[in-house]
Parts: sequence; structure tokens; C-alpha cells
Amino acid sequence: MAFLQVDNLAKSYTGNDAPVFENVNFSIEKGEFVCIIGHSGCGKTTILNALAGLENASAGNLIMDGREVVGPGLDRGVVFQSHALMPWMSVIDNVKFGVRSRWPDWSKAQIEAQATQYLEMVGLGHALHKKPSMLSGGMKQRVGIARAFAIQPKMLLLDEPFGALDALTRGTIQDELLKIVQATEQTVFMITHDVDEAILLSDRILLMSNGPRARIAEIVQVTLPRRRTRHDMHHDPRFYRIRNHLVDFLVSRSKDPKPAGEIHPPVVRPGEDEPLTASLAA
Amino acid sequence: MKNEHWKSLLLSVVLFAFFIGVWFVATQPKESAQQAAAQDEYAALMGKGAAKSGGFPPPQEIGKAIVTHLSDPFKDNGPNDKGIAIQLGHSLGRVGLGFALAILVALPLGFTIGMSPLLHRALDPFIQVLKPISPLAWMPLALYTIKDSDLSGIFVIFICSVWPMLINTAFGVANVRKDWLNVARTLEVKPLRKALTVILPAAAPTILTGMRISMGIAWLVIVAAEMLVGGTGVGYFVWNEWNNLALPNVIFAILVIGVVGMILDRCFAGLQKLVSYTE
Repeated sequence: MAFLQVDNLAKSYTGNDAPVFENVNFSIEKGEFVCIIGHSGCGKTTILNALAGLENASAGNLIMDGREVVGPGLDRGVVFQSHALMPWMSVIDNVKFGVRSRWPDWSKAQIEAQATQYLEMVGLGHALHKKPSMLSGGMKQRVGIARAFAIQPKMLLLDEPFGALDALTRGTIQDELLKIVQATEQTVFMITHDVDEAILLSDRILLMSNGPRARIAEIVQVTLPRRRTRHDMHHDPRFYRIRNHLVDFLVSRSKDPKPAGEIHPPVVRPGEDEPLTASLAA
Repeated sequence: MKNEHWKSLLLSVVLFAFFIGVWFVATQPKESAQQAAAQDEYAALMGKGAAKSGGFPPPQEIGKAIVTHLSDPFKDNGPNDKGIAIQLGHSLGRVGLGFALAILVALPLGFTIGMSPLLHRALDPFIQVLKPISPLAWMPLALYTIKDSDLSGIFVIFICSVWPMLINTAFGVANVRKDWLNVARTLEVKPLRKALTVILPAAAPTILTGMRISMGIAWLVIVAAEMLVGGTGVGYFVWNEWNNLALPNVIFAILVIGVVGMILDRCFAGLQKLVSYTE
């Protein structure tokens, strides 16, 4: 059984007969990075919130690490789109708040050390005692990431964490996230609108059709080797095969997915027949 | 910016000097000699000796009153001759006690109402009806039930302070950003810790605003309450000096009430600044 198993998840709001999404099935293995892409309104955030335990699905099962997901918990770390830092706490206090929740018995020094370590990991060692309002958007989001990582959750949930950042900042933080995830073998589920971001970061990409009655239309296996960087990724012919596949889906096929009878979405491996470039294969 | 500051200060001083000047000129004794003679005669007939000028006191008399009162603020020569500091102490004591009681009631209740939309809707009609009642309207009821004038004064302060605090606390608590609550939920923060470390700091600026409004009202009300209740306090002092027809003392008391009110307000403004945050 996979680390995370999602079975027949559906969500409908009362008074609205058509469910936002239904028959959502997927699984995530331990240490896997999975992105979900789809147009606005297909229910991506609802799926993530259901995984976080912040919102209840109307039907279906969520099983993580052999146990059903009921309500929010410390085994899942969430990075919110709006960073959700407490503005009255300093940067380190925000992270310590999470660490203290996770290990209430730890000494002050231990908590401090853990928080500092993770803030240094995201490159914020120099801003520990600043208030979030003094930080740029990218730095705030880094604090959010540090807070989520610092509690060492079994799974990390990221709700479009870089959506509000400019392209340059986004690139830098993507690199950092990639480094951290590769180092920590963290299991990650992430929502994004950015096709390149999804290819850079994930092992698999879930493509959602448009709502209502949205579902996962396809699962794209990223055929690039796992050690990839933003700088050389686009030299690989496979990259364009994957990218074109994703863009084609979003532009044309997301409106009219395959017949609804299909419950388990097909897995595609774009670019599998292309040879790996030497630099990447090395 | 600094220049602006000095300009406004200068303008304030000029306005003040102008005001005192007009006051001084307007209160100059201006009877003609004849009238004065007639008045002297009348006074003599009435057996009063030298005439005392009636009318509104000129500023120098107020100055004299201020000096006399401030030179011995702690005197206590019986119920009708207490120093201004002692009277202020009584008033501030009542306000402090009533205000503290109001905090004890309004904060927990406001928290509960803010957390529960059901309770909010259920209690809203009561709050809406009770809020606009003048606190002094409670006075007869308080005197009848409590049977103690001092405690009744404290009750009146309590009842006028409680509403702004209650309403602001409930509003602040109900409007804590959902994101912050979600963070607390995903971190499995226990309810009490969540209330103290997330909701309270998030709502603190709104709560402090309510307290500042409450304190303003309480300070307005205490004077009136003490006029009714009597015995001690600045309100009683004003009333007593009015009965003595000692207008300089009344004006002095009015000034003191204004200054103390301003200081109280500044204190709360400072507290507000302390708990405020920028997102």
C-alpha cells in the first residue's frame, strides 16, 4: 500500500447539485514529490485542505501511513499561499511556535536550536529577529517553508506557495526548495499553476480536468532524472516533450477529458523514448 | 517634519495667549464710579461692608486658585475641605475598580461571543438594548439594590465601561484571520494556548481600542456620578465648590478633569501602540 492513498474523493456544496470534483483517486509514495495542476475552480485547494484536515470531503477516503486522515495534525506540515505568518511574532518566534507545538517537552534551547537550524536552511539566518512585516514576500514565504519543515512532518502540503512572488524570487526559492527536499527525502504534495515549476520539482504531476465534476484526468510521470536544476533542465529534449504535453492539456484537453467511466487515471510518460542528455545523465 | 512640529506648538501658544487675553479683558471690572458708589451704599445697607465683585472670575483668580490647590494637594480638613489629589484619588479609585471589573466580565464574555456565532446572535439583542442606556439611569436602581453610594458609583463605571470592551473584544476575536487559526489547527495547538498565543494577540489592537473608548466614557461618567452620590471625588468637589459659589475652584477642577482625562487617554494610546502590529 502506498504511503498516501486517496480513494474516490468528492466534494459538493449543499444547494449545488454538481460536485466540484468526484472520483479523485491517486497515491503518493514515501519521499515522492507530487504536483497537481489544473485551472482555477477545479478543487485543487479543496483536495489539499482535505489532506491537511482543514476541510472535509463529501465522500471518499484518505489514508496516510496506514491511518485514516481525520482533522488537522502535526504529521502534515502546511505552507499556505498567503504565508500566514503571525505578524506580532518575530521570524524565529513564528518557527518556534510550530516547534514548541510539535515537541512540547523540549527545552527552550532545543526549540531555539531547531528553529534556527531550519531558518538557516532557507537562508534566513540573518533575519531571525525581524518582524514579518519587514521582510519581502519571498522571505516571508521562506519563513513559512521553514516553519513547515521544522516540525519534520511525514508529509508536506504546499498550496501554491510561490504564486504571489515575482519570477526571479520564485526561481531562487524553487532552487532552495529542491535542494532541501532532495536532502531531506520529504514527501511533498504541492499545488501550482506554473508548468515549469511542476516539471522542475516533481516526480509525478497530476492533471485535473475543469470543474464542476472535475477529476484527475491524467498522471504525468516526469521522465527527467531526479537530480535536475533550473539551469540545465531546459537543455533536455525530454523537458520540452513534458512541457508541451502539460500545456496542451491545460489549453485544450482539460475541458474535455476522457470519458467519466475511467476511475483510475492513465499514467503517461512524455519523452520516454528520447535519450537522456549526457550532462543530465551523469 | 520637525519644523512643522514647532510651528504647531507656536500656534498653540499663541492661541492660548489670545484666549487668556480675551478672557482677561472681558472680565475687567467696568462699573462707573457712580454705580460703584451706589453699590457700596447698597452693600453697606445690607451690612456687608466692602463690596465683592460678582461676575465671572478673571484669569488671574484662576491662577491663584491653581496655585493654592496645587500647593497643598493632600490636605484633609474634614469632608468639605480635601486636597485635589485626595479627591482625584477617590475618583481614579472608583474608575479603576469599575473598569477592572468590566475587564473581568467583558474579556471572557467577549471571547466566548466572538468564538460562537450562535451566542453572538443570541446575546446581540440584549447588548443592543443595554448599550445605549445612560449609565446614570442605572443609579437609582444601583442605590436601591446595593444600598451603598460608593459601590453604586463603581457599578455605574462598570456598566458604562463594559459595552465598548465587550463589543470590541467579540468583534476582534470573531475577525481573527482564518489563516492564523488554520496554522494553529495544523499545529494541533490546544484551545487555551491558541486563545492566549494566537487569538489574543491578533485581537489585542481591537480590544485595546474598546478599552480606550471605555476609559473615556468612564472618566466622563465619574464626574456626574460623584455629583449625584456625593462625599468624595472630583465630581463632588465641583458640586461642592458650586454650592460655595467659588467659581475659580470650579474652573480649576474642570481643568484638572481635562488634564487627567487626557493623561488616561495617552496611557491607553501607548498600550495600543504596544500591541499593534503591521501585516
